[in-house]
Amino acid sequence: MIEQAIFYILATVTVIGTILAITEKHPVHAILYLVTSLFSMAVIFFLLMTPLVAAFEVIIYAGAIMVLFLFVIMMLDLGQPEKGMSPGWREWLPALLLCGISLVSLGIVIASRHAPDSMQPVPLAIREVARRLFQEHGLAVELVSLQLLFALVGALYLGKPSAAPTKKEVETP
Amino acid sequence: MIVPLEHILILAGVLFFAGMAGLVAWRANVIMMLVSIEIMLNAVMLVFVAGSARWGNADGQLFALFIMALTSAEVSLALAMVVYLHRRRKTVDTDLFNEMSG
Repeated sequence: MIEQAIFYILATVTVIGTILAITEKHPVHAILYLVTSLFSMAVIFFLLMTPLVAAFEVIIYAGAIMVLFLFVIMMLDLGQPEKGMSPGWREWLPALLLCGISLVSLGIVIASRHAPDSMQPVPLAIREVARRLFQEHGLAVELVSLQLLFALVGALYLGKPSAAPTKKEVETP
Repeated sequence: MIVPLEHILILAGVLFFAGMAGLVAWRANVIMMLVSIEIMLNAVMLVFVAGSARWGNADGQLFALFIMALTSAEVSLALAMVVYLHRRRKTVDTDLFNEMSG
């Protein structure tokens, strides 16, 4: 029963952290709220007996991707909420309408079912997961590596210090 | 853990709708749009992992890992594009990127 209580506490922390992240006007604070939400999500993954995904959630999501966001926000000096970039009620109205309709339809779908029975998660050994990954999804691993290579090449190309203006600068004199 | 699968699906749905609301509300700021897409992808990952734990199949975990790799590639490329656009226009406001140079 204590795992059930931990799950509901973590679910509350995740939802509150996410809502604070999307309503926060300061981008750096929003990223930090989202890191809190991701940590509690990692513990939920751990409760679901998938320690591999939990570890990668902490390492890649909270460790790499959010730090990349923070790096870009601080490098471009975007952490100033007084620049008028934050949405007002005119932007929030369609978002809340969409979110409300979706939540109500989700509630109708949940209420129309019979009472849910509790599940017992099946523990999977990492050896089994790795065997499935590299024996049955080997092509997908290759495609993911190619995709990461394309992202690397694209980021290098986009981050190159503006090729076109330098060509003009060479031509103008 | 003795939690019904439906409760995990409700949590994932609430997170997905929060990310969707953030995406619609912050549609003038590229960085916060990317953050909202992260929230939505994270909710999808939770659904995959819950299904993997419910039926004892490793494919859910593997697809969660694939989503994570996809997300890292997408975010690095999108943030490189944000840096490029900010270098051209000195802003990340999407309303100002409304003309093509071709």
